[in-house]
Amino acid sequence: MDRRIGVYICHCGLNIAGTVDVAEVARYAGTLDSVVISRDYRYMCSDVGQELIKKDIKELELNRVVVAACSPRMHELTFRNACRDAGLNPYLYEHANIREQCSWPHTDRELATNKAKALVRAAVRRVYYNEPLEVKEAPVNPNVLVVGGGIAGIQAALDIANGEHKVYLVEREPSIGGHMIQLDRTFPTLDCSECILTPKMTEVRQHPFINLLAYSEVEEVSGFVGKFKVKVRKKARFVDESKCTGCGVCEQKCPWKTDSEFEAGLAKRKAIYIPFPQAVPNIATIDKKLCVYFKTGKCRACEKFCEAGAIDFNQVDQIIEVEVGSIIIATGYDIFDPRLMPQYGYGRYDNILTGLEFERMTSAGGPTGGKVLLKNGKEPESVAIVHCVGSRDKNYHEYCSRVCCMYGLKYAHLLRELTKAEVYEMYIDMRSFGEGYEEFYERVSREGVNFIRGKVAEIAADPVDGKLIVYCTDTVIGKALRVCVDMVILCPALKARSDTEQVAKTFTINRRADGFFLERHVKLDPVATPTDGIFIAGCCEGPKDIPDTVAQASAAASKVLSLISKGRITLESAIATVDETRCLGCGRCEESCTFHAPKVVAKNGVMVSEINETLCKGCGTCAVVCPSGAMSIKHFTRQQITSVVEALTEA
Amino acid sequence: MVEFEPKIIAFACNWCTYAAADLAGTSRIHYPHNVRVVRVMCSGMIDPSYVLRAFEKGADGVIVAGCHHVDCHYIDGPVKCDAMFARLKRLVHTLGLEDERLRRELISTSEGVIFAKVIQEMVELLKKLGPSPFRIEARV
Repeated sequence: MDRRIGVYICHCGLNIAGTVDVAEVARYAGTLDSVVISRDYRYMCSDVGQELIKKDIKELELNRVVVAACSPRMHELTFRNACRDAGLNPYLYEHANIREQCSWPHTDRELATNKAKALVRAAVRRVYYNEPLEVKEAPVNPNVLVVGGGIAGIQAALDIANGEHKVYLVEREPSIGGHMIQLDRTFPTLDCSECILTPKMTEVRQHPFINLLAYSEVEEVSGFVGKFKVKVRKKARFVDESKCTGCGVCEQKCPWKTDSEFEAGLAKRKAIYIPFPQAVPNIATIDKKLCVYFKTGKCRACEKFCEAGAIDFNQVDQIIEVEVGSIIIATGYDIFDPRLMPQYGYGRYDNILTGLEFERMTSAGGPTGGKVLLKNGKEPESVAIVHCVGSRDKNYHEYCSRVCCMYGLKYAHLLRELTKAEVYEMYIDMRSFGEGYEEFYERVSREGVNFIRGKVAEIAADPVDGKLIVYCTDTVIGKALRVCVDMVILCPALKARSDTEQVAKTFTINRRADGFFLERHVKLDPVATPTDGIFIAGCCEGPKDIPDTVAQASAAASKVLSLISKGRITLESAIATVDETRCLGCGRCEESCTFHAPKVVAKNGVMVSEINETLCKGCGTCAVVCPSGAMSIKHFTRQQITSVVEALTEA
Repeated sequence: MVEFEPKIIAFACNWCTYAAADLAGTSRIHYPHNVRVVRVMCSGMIDPSYVLRAFEKGADGVIVAGCHHVDCHYIDGPVKCDAMFARLKRLVHTLGLEDERLRRELISTSEGVIFAKVIQEMVELLKKLGPSPFRIEARV
């Protein structure tokens, strides 16, 4: 069919016309091969501009369109849709960027006009070779997988389940609740963390649309948006979930102890345990590594005393397969180990605590019953709170952990409330950016807390009385200080989970250099990932406080809900395609593809590559490695790209 | 005598370097007009033949640019581009072109300033090197 190309040069007011001679570019475009009409207009993206194109498509029977205007990242879709409305396949449209990459960065009118001509020439040549592409759709499975049962996962699961869509909530630990359930009071309102979280946890347990898979881990994910297949390993608890009543007698009778994870090591738990009283599900779990029965074959104390007969030493891991249409990852964070900073003496000297340990100490249900106590059982008379332990530090983590300033202030407040101690807050900058945070800072500043602006250099112990000496420079008065205290609370960085590399691989998502999961766009697509249908929420994306985590979880849930509500997905049209007559079946495309889209299969007795159209993202690496030229990318064919290269290099 | 104006073809991935070039424009950062950008979806899509064709048609320099390794929209496109580039570099050397005429750059979305700087540097360098030997042959 003869090509009938229409070319439209946009003035964009003076944005383009101020530097580029648009009339001259339009005149030049009119001389190019197959161009039927060439016009310039003040604002092509306006309704009038778009109508101009639609009218020409109908009246002049155009079968290709080029608009030279702003960046295609701005308005390519606008003009594709205009073409579609006029009955032209949207892929028979081409966009030339003569604003962001011509009129704006250049000043010389003649040179800019010449460059604009070259860019238009390239678009006209390319559009000549463009082919119509079919826009395909596929259905979306309305079930959802949420990975991680902290506040982010809980919130996302509830938001989706409340829309009456089935949610599989997978949690690695015996109970949901995450880090938030370990916290005492939450800044800046000081409402108790348990009090606001446990109702949500109970709601999860009772929700008819949530299938809670606690003490379970995702092993394998295959498929694609709308149709994922997920294998979940439900780890053996050695307790029959249907029989256990959570009475806790087994726990009392078990003679074997270890540090309690929930109490941050400040108290012990047993080999059979319920991590904390409000655990969801409220079911005992046997720690196989600790349980003596598994080592020696003797003991079985728990079994003897369990009235419900729930103990089952023969239980094995189960693999559960679920099918879902979308996935939310909310796997949270790890806490930086202050032992990596030996200058702070953590683990070497008594009475140096991490933030989480202090949270447990001030919790009413915690090991000290909410009392702040030194190792010797006395109340401290002076306490230093050290900010930025492993955060904002080039040697450890460069980023700001975002929550430490505020919880550091909270500790100061609690110490002043619960004890008579003198409190020193040692910080680099005070970052109180959220709602009510600055007001909280003001409030704590009036409570007689000593603020020292400077990073702590070292913490040592006095060999005589065992008091802790904090060395620090007060940068406000420019003096080196030596502060003697009874207790030090370190505020360690929030860091990416140690297994994020593995998790990223399982779900085919990406990580930033700091290990946290990468969002699709830092500003405009903060919960999506490069893999369609997989979203991220909470601290697995980066350190954040509870309000931000909840907002992000709800954002991820809303993304999922809009996928479900539409019920189908539009598949990428510009994807790989195989010329089976040229394909050698060598499988190099299969090896090169990150998304597992190509697969070598037997067709009529010949091995050829086949593309799974729902998996292919159109990145084009398979076409580069293909030795026979059988593989090409629709809308980015060799011919199309080469035509652009030639048109841009000529003249 | 008219000063020699080099011709540069820059291959840029849609998600990072192309966006960086846009950002340079939006921020009105001025850089030489000599560069012309070819938009591809991913730097992993850039075929060695495209680069060779640019040189054949008279480009004085070619830039192969895309995301940093951690930013890739397609997870690991830059790794694949690196592998292609290493082979291409040897080939271009064998063909008798100066190594500096072919350049690999990682420029992320927010690095409009760096895009402009790279173009500026490349133009200065190519002005020193003079026209591509292929280009002189083409003229003769």
